Amino acid sequence: MVAPAMPKSWYVPSKPHKFCPGCGHGITLKALGEAIDELDIQNKVVFGCDIGCSLLAWNFFACDSTQTHHGRTTPVMVGIKRARPELICVGYMGDGGGYSIGSQHLLNSAVRNEKITVILINNTNYGMTGGQMAPTTLPGQITETTPYGRDVEVTGYPTKGPEFIAEITPENAYVARATVSKYKQLKRFIKNALRNQEQGNGFSFVEVLSTCPTNWRTSAEQTWHFLEDKMEKYFPIGELKNPLGKGEK
Amino acid sequence: MQKVVGDPRKAFITGNEAVAWAALAAKAEIMFGYPITPQNEVMHYWTRLAPKYNRKFLQTEDELSAGFTTCGAIQAGKKAFTATAGPGNVLMQEPFGMAEAMRLPLLAVIQQRGGPSSGTVVYSQQEVTLTTFGGNGEGHRIVYSTSSHQEIFDYVIKGFNTAWKYRFPVFVLGDGYQAKMREPLEMYDPEDRGIEMVKPYALVGLDGRIGETREPQHLCNIYSLEEELYEVVLKIAGDYDAMTPEVVEYEEKECEDADIIVVSHGVVSRAADDAVKILRSQGIKAGYFRPITLRPFPQKQLREALAKSGAGKILIAESSYGQLERLTKQELYGETVPIKSLLMPGVGIVDSDIVNKVKSIM
Amino acid sequence: MSLIRVALAGEGGQGVQVVAEILTEAAYNEKKHTIYIPNFGLEQRGGVSVAFMQVSDEKIGAPKFHKADIVVALSERAVSRTLQYSDENTVYVYDSSFNISPDELPKKAKKIISLPAVEATKKELHPRVFNIVVMGAVLEFTKMVSFEMAKEALISKLAYKFEKDPKLKELNFKALELGKELAEQSLQEGGAGNG
Repeated sequence: MVAPAMPKSWYVPSKPHKFCPGCGHGITLKALGEAIDELDIQNKVVFGCDIGCSLLAWNFFACDSTQTHHGRTTPVMVGIKRARPELICVGYMGDGGGYSIGSQHLLNSAVRNEKITVILINNTNYGMTGGQMAPTTLPGQITETTPYGRDVEVTGYPTKGPEFIAEITPENAYVARATVSKYKQLKRFIKNALRNQEQGNGFSFVEVLSTCPTNWRTSAEQTWHFLEDKMEKYFPIGELKNPLGKGEK
Repeated sequence: MQKVVGDPRKAFITGNEAVAWAALAAKAEIMFGYPITPQNEVMHYWTRLAPKYNRKFLQTEDELSAGFTTCGAIQAGKKAFTATAGPGNVLMQEPFGMAEAMRLPLLAVIQQRGGPSSGTVVYSQQEVTLTTFGGNGEGHRIVYSTSSHQEIFDYVIKGFNTAWKYRFPVFVLGDGYQAKMREPLEMYDPEDRGIEMVKPYALVGLDGRIGETREPQHLCNIYSLEEELYEVVLKIAGDYDAMTPEVVEYEEKECEDADIIVVSHGVVSRAADDAVKILRSQGIKAGYFRPITLRPFPQKQLREALAKSGAGKILIAESSYGQLERLTKQELYGETVPIKSLLMPGVGIVDSDIVNKVKSIM
Repeated sequence: MSLIRVALAGEGGQGVQVVAEILTEAAYNEKKHTIYIPNFGLEQRGGVSVAFMQVSDEKIGAPKFHKADIVVALSERAVSRTLQYSDENTVYVYDSSFNISPDELPKKAKKIISLPAVEATKKELHPRVFNIVVMGAVLEFTKMVSFEMAKEALISKLAYKFEKDPKLKELNFKALELGKELAEQSLQEGGAGNG
């Protein structure tokens, strides 16, 4: 058997990884791994992961890594970056960690234009805890805590993270939304977010639309349909802020 | 790093200012903080002094963030600290738990205010339980309860060393009176007193090429299996117990022949000290015992004081409704000496309060 | 000198905390043991401002006290705020200009003194040095530090103001003297003791 090609920055002893079949985390982490390799920053990256499914990545990379509490990856990365500005700090979290329990950290780090990179997985639910409603759950979407569908009169509308972060950051911040269905673009956005930090510009943020067939209870076909036809319609893909300029993409 | 104090000098300053000077003298490199009375002036003085000594500061969005940024900076190998009080201390229990689990040498100064809830911004000793045993863990922390500005200065310096030597979170417990009052003390650079400052080191962002000269660091605080966590906690507990005899501190006076031993901590021990003198002058054989480390508690030493004195009673005096009392009772399990208490939550205790109480129970 | 405990209370802006700072700084310079606690927090905003001072030749125990040796109340609100610090050993001082009835004064006091500080300051000097007049009176009542030491601490505290306006220095010295005299007179008169 020929093993699939792995990024150099992946930590081989922790593979195969622990994510469910069909989960988008693996695709995102591959894009991140390749971006780290191409920028040759493996030795200065500090990868921080949250609680939720993102914690399964705690030993995913052959990079120095630390795992924190739910929502608190952002301040831990801020603390490391403030202490050692020469390091490249990458916070990795879910929509619950970033937009709900840790929203004050995400918002204020963006306002302060902290020179860190945050990659946030939006899969419209809390995966690790068993599929509850997330800030990103679509209107009408069924989850364990919205068994009759998300009622926007009761719980409001889905959080549009990149849009609000773009509003509150200065021009040298990088803000984008990617999707695991468009791998090349996903990798380009992540790479831009790392480069933006490396150049010392400002806060760099990529939300990644991702899949969760386990909790969505979907087949492969239904999963892809939900991602491309529902999520990508509601959450527009693209770069909202790119201080690096078009030529360098 | 340049000297901060220079020749030892007397100063007439607030406790919060003493914290800032001590942290500088102890070579702390970065402070993270969020405003809450009565610790604000720790930040005020630090932000004025720090740039002169090339040290850093960040005002975070809340205490959760102040605690977690402190954890991050420590993982990156910097001597970092924070300060808080009351509801801020409640929020910081989450990052303090991470420090406990991941053995991060975090130093936090706690200037106790009244509780529960917002309570008062003035004074109390009601953060003893929270600071010693807060969080969803086993209280593997070191808590120094200070009683004067001199001790605030001394124990902030000592606290950084204890933290970095043993890698447990360290708390310097003060209170609103200490924070805001002005009192004389002597400041100094620790090296001039022969105190060697333990050097910090990084857990992430290490030198070398991964896969060639070193392995990557993978730090985590969550485990898949119960058995894994069990091993981790037992290891922490074992280290803590082994460390205990080396860090435990207490103060004992007049216990040799005491009929009653007054147990107190922090600034209340100042009143207890005076009260014992007054009682002795009146022919009442009172003794004085003060745990300086509330965690680990000087259990053995208090038992010894009881044994040698044959004291028939203990009086616990504190500005809370039984937090030191509970701590002491659990540490004295098996002793049969009656334990009485003078509990004055959120207000100061003076010598006459203790004298009157002792007389009423003798 | 045995322990002296002083509670000085007034309205925000009356300069109560400045007086306490100068007096305790002077005591510190005189190598005495001293503690000064300002009131702070909620009370700082729009409430009565109280300064708690202790001075002694010996080491000082508890940082705060329940009962003071001397209470000085500089406003009507300050009187009701400070009743709790007075007992049978307390000399209680308030300004004679206050419109208050005897039952609003402390029930327990060694001596209650009504001091014409507001009026005398206005008539003889200037209202802006009212707090320094009070400082002179506190000095005389307590003898917590020597007059000279207090004067030195006053100069060092207000040096930046004196530089700008040298006449102010003389005015402050006069205020200190005036306060001292007022206190002396009130002690000679014996006050309205009801201990």
